[in-house]
Amino acid sequence: MIPELGHFALIVALLLALTQAILPLIGAQRGNLTLMAVARPAAQGQFVFSLLAFGCLAYSFMVNDFSVENVASNSFSQLPEIYRLTATWGSHEGSLLLWVLILGFWTTAVSVFSRHLPEDMVARVLGVMGLISVGFLAFLLTTSNPFDRLIPAAVDGRDMNPLLQDWGMIIHPPMLYMGYVGFAVAFAFAIAALLSGRLDAAWARWSRPWTTVAWAFLTLGIALGSWWAYRELGWGGWWFWDPTENASFMPWIAGTALIHSLAVTEKRGAFKAWTVLLALTAFSLSLLGTFLVRSGVLSSVHAFATDPARGAFILGFLVLVIGGSLVLYAWRAPKMLSGGGFTWFSREALLLGNNVVLLAALGSVLLGTLYPLLIDALGMGKISVGPPYFNAVFVPLMAPALFLMGVGPLARWKEASLPDMVSRLKWALAISVATGILLPLTLDGFKPWAVFGFAMATWIFLTVVIGFRERLKNGARLSSLTRSFWGMQLAHLGMAVGVAGITVVANYQVERDVRMNIGDHTELAGYTFTFRGTTEHQGPNYRAARGTVEVSKNGKKLYELHPEKRIYNASGMPMTEASIQPALFDDIYVALGEPLDEAAQTWAVRVFHKPFINWLWIGALFMVIGGFLAASDRRYRIAVKATAPTGAATQGA
Amino acid sequence: MKRWIPLIVFLVLVGFFAKGLFLNPREVPSPFIGKSAPAFTLPVVGDANTSFSPADMKGKVWVMNVWAPWCVSCRQEHGLLMALAQSQPVPIVGLNWKDKDREAAQLLSDQGSPYFAVPDDLSGKVGIDYGVTGTPETYVIDKGGIVRMKHVGPISPDIWKEKFEPKLKELGA
Amino acid sequence: MKSRHKKLLVIFLGLTGLGIAAALILNAFQSNLVFFYSPTEVSEGKAPSDRAFRIGGLVEDGSVKRDPDGLTVRFVVTDTAKSMPVIYKGILPDLFKEGKGVVAEGKIGADGMFNSTQVLAKHDENYMPPEAAQALEQAAKAQQSLVQ
Repeated sequence: MIPELGHFALIVALLLALTQAILPLIGAQRGNLTLMAVARPAAQGQFVFSLLAFGCLAYSFMVNDFSVENVASNSFSQLPEIYRLTATWGSHEGSLLLWVLILGFWTTAVSVFSRHLPEDMVARVLGVMGLISVGFLAFLLTTSNPFDRLIPAAVDGRDMNPLLQDWGMIIHPPMLYMGYVGFAVAFAFAIAALLSGRLDAAWARWSRPWTTVAWAFLTLGIALGSWWAYRELGWGGWWFWDPTENASFMPWIAGTALIHSLAVTEKRGAFKAWTVLLALTAFSLSLLGTFLVRSGVLSSVHAFATDPARGAFILGFLVLVIGGSLVLYAWRAPKMLSGGGFTWFSREALLLGNNVVLLAALGSVLLGTLYPLLIDALGMGKISVGPPYFNAVFVPLMAPALFLMGVGPLARWKEASLPDMVSRLKWALAISVATGILLPLTLDGFKPWAVFGFAMATWIFLTVVIGFRERLKNGARLSSLTRSFWGMQLAHLGMAVGVAGITVVANYQVERDVRMNIGDHTELAGYTFTFRGTTEHQGPNYRAARGTVEVSKNGKKLYELHPEKRIYNASGMPMTEASIQPALFDDIYVALGEPLDEAAQTWAVRVFHKPFINWLWIGALFMVIGGFLAASDRRYRIAVKATAPTGAATQGA
Repeated sequence: MKRWIPLIVFLVLVGFFAKGLFLNPREVPSPFIGKSAPAFTLPVVGDANTSFSPADMKGKVWVMNVWAPWCVSCRQEHGLLMALAQSQPVPIVGLNWKDKDREAAQLLSDQGSPYFAVPDDLSGKVGIDYGVTGTPETYVIDKGGIVRMKHVGPISPDIWKEKFEPKLKELGA
Repeated sequence: MKSRHKKLLVIFLGLTGLGIAAALILNAFQSNLVFFYSPTEVSEGKAPSDRAFRIGGLVEDGSVKRDPDGLTVRFVVTDTAKSMPVIYKGILPDLFKEGKGVVAEGKIGADGMFNSTQVLAKHDENYMPPEAAQALEQAAKAQQSLVQ
């Protein structure tokens, strides 16, 4: 009964989404307040029913209802409870339902926190989001019903993909989707503005906190995904330039460009058309990512089961949403007059430069991701574009962006003085270059990319410090600085930390594959690894050979690591579970390869020394916190008070 | 003109995507469709004295399902195959592919056998003759011994209804 | 600054950015694209001798051998028509198995062995990488046309 209830709830949600899309849009066009007023209750109702459907699916997973095909294919009676819950969104169908649920959540959030907006704006924004919901709900119901029954019921499930059984995966998909789908809000605001023809600083101010929050979630989602790949894929890598990863990274780059361009539009009224185009692009890339991952046009390490019918549906939907919005853009673009003049050296110009660089980087990732598809479609053979391409293009393209990041926040709006900037920044520049050159000398080997990375990380760090010092010199106290200032500086600092981490780990990590008997030892980066053999270990839904590797330094035993080689009971799938000892300055990472001689307990063992790897995720965390801080800035709430004295207490995104 | 550029770029991409969708790497048409099913003679699982050959099936429309005990997706379609064996629209021959651990007989007696016959392709050579790229794969062979259709991957009730049933009807099963 | 100048600035910035990006991309494509060949194509001499490429097919049964160091592995990749001996040093992916699909990236050495730097197997038990499947299909087609 419960799965049928969930299915029914989905149908109701679809009907409500249709209502939420059609009536308010008509109402806004005609100025009919009654029709516009439908938007909020319809949106909230749609969310409630999506939540009900999601709850029903989660329940079916929790009680092991193997008469539901989705549960039978993606869960298992021996699967631990927490993974049974996450298995809810581990499958194609479940992850789409999660998408719908999160879209409903964002829609509801907009409906609640938009009391200060003009009614027709709210009606249009919710209407556009309703249209997106309709598309996804129809997709679920027609091609990917998560509640399909399996008759007769399976005796037991086929288990969740073992790779997904990790707690990085518990929160990664919801966070990633919060980001992906969050860009739908920015998209809906842009479309609403195009429809109404009201593209002004107020519009930028309304959509800015939403965009920043979505961006922060996306950052968190990508960081968690990278952390998961590092821990779980057993290869010690943290970024593979895999199509699935690129699918989430491209909207992030567009989103980063968007939040910077929105700043200019809000403060100076410039770049309007550009900002709108970026808002459309960021969400289009989210949809494109979904298409690439779900349709199977690109083969990827972690693509889900593929199906051309689903691909055709998403492609049609993409054409409607993206094509439609670009037509609207082309039609309305001449109406967007850019305000606010500025000189070639001003904060506007620097932010524009940053945007151009980011978009060039985005283009290079897009091209690298799609190139195999283009070549295949043209019948020119099968090729793959691997990490070397992306590293060779993306890294140098990001260099000017990192440099501009340091200059931009210190430059004045409208017109900055070059000699003044040089005198404020000359010491920072000198120290950065010196650090870049000297620091690698203290490490193993002098590498050009390390010089560049250290110089950039130092540069960003110093300019953040200068930013604070100049504010404080003008008589401000730390507590009087705005949250948006703190947020920006923290996010930039996060970038410095992340760049430092990437630089060290990419240039100075060491790894070794060794054949080890019991008692054998090997040295790596000053640590000694001694293999103590393996024992049989019984997990909840797997069997494992669990190795013991003793790690010591200077003859002193530090700790033992227990990497595992697992065989999952239901699928028979083998999996390498690495064992990691994390620390602020270096990670020790040990993975078991294959048993070379089982009787003698001889194994191939892979050991890594990963210096500074955690800085990557710490940096990302700074960016996330920075994003949330900036979005909670008082001025977004003051604007509220000015226009709507009632209900202001409940505001804040 | 400038304002139309984003749209044009997008539409070009869509063209490639549409093409890409129909280049599904898993749906490579088998070169054997329309040709005679490669001949073989193999012992049958559980009874080494009996053998099976496609020639035995002359005059019948039949289905050859390539499976293996170690194959996980095959378990997924097992239930459907059992149901089909009950209603018997067509005989199903289960080519047991590369069963090195010799588990097929035990598995079929535990879980039931949907198969009319289970030839034992231990070396995998017959599979290679048929161009098997992975298990499960299913072939439809007509009365004259010609391969008429190939399906890669597990069969779901929908796939059976939409892909197999019309084909079998057309062939007069 | 006049709006005409601003426009010129935008165009200049845009073109410079695009130019640099295009140069980097072309350069990277030139040296970093990895083409795919089946063992049959390799034996026909279609594969390059001086740069890395990928081959795909099945790991031939009984062909996996380890050197005494335990980490150097030799195996044969076959598309059922032609075979290619491969040598690889390191740890193989979890799903690497005899008789299963595999894709290897590397160069042909002077001894005619394929010196692989990377071995890929999919995260899925039953299916092989599409590239490997394609190699098998091509080989099957070729054999078929020989028979006729």
